[in-house]
Amino acid sequence: MSSRNLAFLSNYAIYSALVVLTIAFFSHAVEVAFSVRNDEAKTNFDFAKTDRWGRIGTAMMVLGVIFNFAGIVLRGLSAHRVPWGNMYEFSITGSFAFGAAYLYALIKYKVRWLGVIVSIAMLLTLGTAITVLYRPSAPLVPALKSTWLAIHVSAAIISGGVFLLANTVAATYLILDRMEERGGRPEWAKKLPSLEALDQLSYRLVAFVFPLWTFAVIAGAIWAESAWGRYWGWDPKETWAFITWVSYAAYLHARVTVGWRGRRAAWLCLFAGSTFLFNYVYVNIWGTGRHTYSGL
Amino acid sequence: MSEATPIGTRATLRWLWRQLTSMRTALILLLLLGLASIPGSLFPQRNQNPLKVRDFLAAHKSIGALLDKLKFFDVYSSPWFSAIYLLLFISLIGCVLPRTIVHLKAIGKEPPLTPRYLDRMEGHTFVAVSADIALDSAERWLKKNRFRIRREAGSISAEKGYLRESGNLLFHLSLILILVAVATGGLFGSKGEAILNVGDSFVNTPTSYDSLSFAKFQREGSLIPFSLLIEDFKAKYDPATRSPLDYTLTVGASNPIGSAPVTKIIKVNSPLTYGNTKVYLQANGYSPIVTVRDKTGAVTFQGAVEFLPQDANLTSIGAIKVPDMNPQVGFLASFLPTPASSKQRGAFSVYPEVSNPELLVSVWTGNLGLDSGLPQSIYRIDTSKMQRIGLKALLLHQSYDFGQGSITFDGWQQWVNLQIVDDPGKLYALLGAILAILGLMASLFGRQRRLWIKVDEAGQVEIAGLAKNAAPGLIDELTLLKKHLEG
Repeated sequence: MSSRNLAFLSNYAIYSALVVLTIAFFSHAVEVAFSVRNDEAKTNFDFAKTDRWGRIGTAMMVLGVIFNFAGIVLRGLSAHRVPWGNMYEFSITGSFAFGAAYLYALIKYKVRWLGVIVSIAMLLTLGTAITVLYRPSAPLVPALKSTWLAIHVSAAIISGGVFLLANTVAATYLILDRMEERGGRPEWAKKLPSLEALDQLSYRLVAFVFPLWTFAVIAGAIWAESAWGRYWGWDPKETWAFITWVSYAAYLHARVTVGWRGRRAAWLCLFAGSTFLFNYVYVNIWGTGRHTYSGL
Repeated sequence: MSEATPIGTRATLRWLWRQLTSMRTALILLLLLGLASIPGSLFPQRNQNPLKVRDFLAAHKSIGALLDKLKFFDVYSSPWFSAIYLLLFISLIGCVLPRTIVHLKAIGKEPPLTPRYLDRMEGHTFVAVSADIALDSAERWLKKNRFRIRREAGSISAEKGYLRESGNLLFHLSLILILVAVATGGLFGSKGEAILNVGDSFVNTPTSYDSLSFAKFQREGSLIPFSLLIEDFKAKYDPATRSPLDYTLTVGASNPIGSAPVTKIIKVNSPLTYGNTKVYLQANGYSPIVTVRDKTGAVTFQGAVEFLPQDANLTSIGAIKVPDMNPQVGFLASFLPTPASSKQRGAFSVYPEVSNPELLVSVWTGNLGLDSGLPQSIYRIDTSKMQRIGLKALLLHQSYDFGQGSITFDGWQQWVNLQIVDDPGKLYALLGAILAILGLMASLFGRQRRLWIKVDEAGQVEIAGLAKNAAPGLIDELTLLKKHLEG
């Protein structure tokens, strides 16, 4: 099949993912909103009524992640290279990593409630990517022609997906924490996990992916050494990767050594995650330096 | 009184040391380090882009001077940034070294004694097994699962996951190694750049460089004796997007100088390597070849002049300076590899490869200002003491007579910018990074836990455990042990 056709197919896959994820979003929203029935003076859950919606949501999430993945693979095939050459490609891969991290967490923990947030986040990312960031499928510039592209970028994107999932969990913690402080969760939120479980989950996610992020930074340094003649040069992208690393290192120390839990830990987690997001958005689009591959 | 001061001082010092090495201080320093590196990504930095710093200072006169004084344009070598990371590393060493000693001493030692009351530990449960065989059976299971055990009369204390602390310490010690490696790279080594046309030769001595800097403790005679002949440079472009696909530089390399040259290929991601010294292909562009003659027809300048690319289609600008004419003559010029023109934009290039190239020259006469001693850009002319006397678009092999002489567009050549770096610290940095990752994984994924089995006076068998840092999976492990004992 020709490169052009493959590129078209890739775009169709991303559009399909958008459709399917929209269905997933509404299914999850219905699940969360209608799973509660108020009988006289007592709140009951009617899982039979909404469980089906939840399962539809999960099925659509799986399908959406598969379409998203197909979009990435086809894009790579059309350009005869790994699909990480510009910001459109970074974004669709990031959305996939986020969705895949959620599905992985879904197997291990009961986090189906997160589906609402994950599906809307993926929708926004893919939607922005295909409308604003889209660039035609094209070969790589010489600086990106390296085995390290596949290693460095995939590690960075997977770390980013998991970091942002941890952020989502930490933000949920803070919102629920506030609700409980103000006299209890509203009906729809009673199905969500306990604060303790959320606290643990966001920590697990960060601890799980922090070595991978460390590896992504080191792989980047090795690549920079062979492409730019220095392994570390405080390029804006490098600086912010360093800030993210230091922030998560502080988070892990705060939890393991100093014993931070709950609200303070959640805020620190949010801060660290936002440095990653800032690096992705600001440095790619408005920033200067050598990491100017957004194609914008 | 005279003795009170030293004790007081010592106490104060000890207090300070304890403060510095406390986890809380380390945490604050870690966050401060993150915060302190932010300005370096917002303001231009001298070591990356000195021209941008100059422009910034010119545009923001008063605030710029203040920021400059506060080292906001040299953030990563500033006293305040250095202070933070040095304090952090002192704090790190103060924390990690004692722990390393404790940890090393514990190698080969038996686990601590079984606690008196197991029911206060995690996952405490009774096991339905005969007291006679319980301990032997448990010992077999624990050994098979590679626990370190301490058997006493009536109890076994077992421990596993020693590697967690080893990994933790290895990680932090590796960070120190990385810092030392970075410092080594900063104190030794050299870094320079040379712009060369195809056909030029480069000899690795200080005079061949366009810019070269040595680290503090590096002797200037220490450059590796090699020479390069720039044989060929090929740039490939994508016809659809006009973006570059591949750059290939072919050099004839002689190491040492005078030995038979070996043909080597240098690409963006594959530098030429001689030990710690590497030669990188950093940039490239076009050098139009021109001949300038005076009124009598005598040649006053001939050769290739490097021009600076301005866009993706390599519209390039440059300056040809002819100080040997009277009055002096300078040409501000644009080189268009594949020319086109429109009413709005004037003349420009539409493709980065050369096809019917054009050289647009504006001719200036007067004083080039080369004698002032101030360094000048090779791509620009200071026209403040000059006046323009002509303007012409030249096709290949065309000449233009500007009254005081003539200029001929003879052809073009390609230039490459080579960066030559000697960094003796980088292998240690790499080693440190690899060890750091291994240590980090051991410390984050390792689970340190203790299991106990005990036979009490009544002949009842009980087991319990304790997991460090609430590591998960302890209860599962106890269940397995119980199953083994009962089955």
